[in-house]
Amino acid sequence: MNWLKYRFLYFFISLAVLLPGIYSLWRFGLNPSVEFTGGSLLEISLESPSPDQIKDLLSPTYSIHSLDHDSSTITLKLDPLTQSQADQIVSDLKTLDSQAKLISFTSVGPSVGGQLLTKALTAILIAALATLLYIAYSFRNLTFGFFAIIAMLHDTLILLGSYSLLGHFFGFQTDLLIVTAILTTLSFSVHDTIVVFDRIRELKNKTTSSLYALSNRAITETITRSLNNSLTIIFMLLSLALLGGDSIKHFTIALLIGAITGTYSSTFTAVPLLVTWDTIRRK
Amino acid sequence: MSRTQSRFWLILLLTILSLVISLPQEINLNPHLFGRSFNVHLVRPDLKLSLGSYDFSRSLDIKLGLDLAGGTRVTLDADMSSIAPENQADALDSAKEIITQRVDLFGISEPNIYSQQAGSAYQIIVELPGLDDPQAALELIGTTAQLEFLTPIYDQTSTESAQPELVDFQPSTLTGADLQKTTVDFDPNTGQPVISLQFSPSGTEKFAQLTKEYLGKPLAIALDRQPLTAPIVQSEITTGQAVISGDFTLEGAQLLSKQLNAGALPVPIKITSQNTITATLGADSINQSVRAGLIGLSVVVLFMIAYYGQLGLIASVGLFIYGLVTLSLYKLIPITLTLPGIAGFILSVGMAVDSNILIFERMKEEIRAGRAWPVALELGFGRAWDSIKDANIATLITAFILFNPLNWSFLPTSGPIRGFAITLALGILISLFTGIFVTRTLLRLFYHGPRSIKLFSSQS
Repeated sequence: MNWLKYRFLYFFISLAVLLPGIYSLWRFGLNPSVEFTGGSLLEISLESPSPDQIKDLLSPTYSIHSLDHDSSTITLKLDPLTQSQADQIVSDLKTLDSQAKLISFTSVGPSVGGQLLTKALTAILIAALATLLYIAYSFRNLTFGFFAIIAMLHDTLILLGSYSLLGHFFGFQTDLLIVTAILTTLSFSVHDTIVVFDRIRELKNKTTSSLYALSNRAITETITRSLNNSLTIIFMLLSLALLGGDSIKHFTIALLIGAITGTYSSTFTAVPLLVTWDTIRRK
Repeated sequence: MSRTQSRFWLILLLTILSLVISLPQEINLNPHLFGRSFNVHLVRPDLKLSLGSYDFSRSLDIKLGLDLAGGTRVTLDADMSSIAPENQADALDSAKEIITQRVDLFGISEPNIYSQQAGSAYQIIVELPGLDDPQAALELIGTTAQLEFLTPIYDQTSTESAQPELVDFQPSTLTGADLQKTTVDFDPNTGQPVISLQFSPSGTEKFAQLTKEYLGKPLAIALDRQPLTAPIVQSEITTGQAVISGDFTLEGAQLLSKQLNAGALPVPIKITSQNTITATLGADSINQSVRAGLIGLSVVVLFMIAYYGQLGLIASVGLFIYGLVTLSLYKLIPITLTLPGIAGFILSVGMAVDSNILIFERMKEEIRAGRAWPVALELGFGRAWDSIKDANIATLITAFILFNPLNWSFLPTSGPIRGFAITLALGILISLFTGIFVTRTLLRLFYHGPRSIKLFSSQS
């Protein structure tokens, strides 16, 4: 099957997904959690939350950065607090609603967040570099590694962009778990890409066809495996996202986005880019 | 016995062993057989091994991280401004030791305390699982409890007057670090609780020096810069014993005594971040997530069987063994399971399934190419190995960097990212074993080829 005939369509699809995300990243940025910005986050369960009353009660004493609520909980973002201040807020809220109960409390000093992000980013960059070197060594070819990394960055950008959109429209926060999701996506993406590249390498040693023809054959031969494998992971994540606990919902959604784009990018980004680069180089 | 057969028995043994370790510690069964009911109560003993001087014991319960079990995590920043750069690492270590002692005094089971250096900041991270009331523990940990003995300063300018005026106190060289131990006693006159101090030999010397020098003058005792009491020195004390009296309640005196026993911190610390998760949130999310995970796994198994038939069934058995071995290792190592850890596990399940799918697709290709199934089976494994190896090594490299085994300070050193890395790396290693060794052996023994292909294979 001539998969690569439509390669510009694949690039177009990638761009169609990437551009809104990049625009959103530029326009709205991410919605960082207190882990990165410093501040405190209180999750309090209430019988019937009434945000306006809570605002009136707390705003004289505390500067409220944000207040989100659903049917049974409110989430408050404030300046960094001590445990006793947090307990005080809950007992203040008890005057409004006797059922008020602290579910979780996070307080992060302003200096910690920055370090965390820097370290995570350093780790991602070093991991990408090490992967590039390994692929270059294993395939005796730097281009393979380079395009595997491009596909990986493509997936990271899509995940970050989606998270920027989800953060803007649905209040999804970018926290340390999302950093883990990005790392998972990176591993998954490279894993998947290597399988396709590996097949191209194998066919290259057997036949003398052009890279274009080889790649088409490699895609045909690996696409079932690629889809089947992704489906198993997607089943797993989908059930976790739909049925799993609230605390992992956002995390599994991030993983789900990563799994889908990771699968797509191996076949429809990394290989077409490799072939396009090859055609340009030959001209 | 052929090699394949002996491998099979090895796998069976491993499976049973893992099953025993994986199952909950106590199982109650009430089977009804032939109209009679039995009450079976199975209890697995804790694991205790002794090999020479090396003791290995495990409770064989899975350890849950704070995000799953609930609890409090506190990050403390140590203020190193008054410590010489070459002593900073030591100061951090001893501060960590002292905090560990304090936490132990508080009676929290399985606390996790570690220090890390982030840029120029020295941090101690304290994780207290399953703690319902973090306030009291925080006070104990966060209170620096720096005991100081202060000597009086007199106004030197007013020498004309007969009585020099007491203007302030200044810290002496005698501190809480010179204490040997403290106990709570009662003042025989007032019945008030007091704290008796016993100094270490060097402290005794310093204290004798102070009481000699300041005989008839007040000597103040301060805790964290708060003066507690300032008794007038009545005589030179060379026994190294002193009493702090103050307006203590019994609990207050006991707490203070504990804090002093635990030693003064070599550096001032302050809480920079804190995270408390109630146990109920953790329990809800873990129950739901485990159920969701099981449903997800069942769908995966159904899919594998629907698509690959008997091959899929055998792969699912391999996956089951994979799950058991992984769970057993989590308990044996032991690994603290956190949400990111679960992500690492899911990813490694995906990669374990992937190894099987790669192999099966290769086998199908070989069969399509007209090879007999036993040949196709071996070729499938052989050919798939290259991709499996490269893909998994790339992932292992990532896991290795994230785990940061050498504690490089420019990489993440703790917490969630490490939890992710360790389960991912472990998952990949086990999946290589089960995917290649277990599934292959099972296939050689139990798989006799797809029915349509059997016609060809009978010739070989």
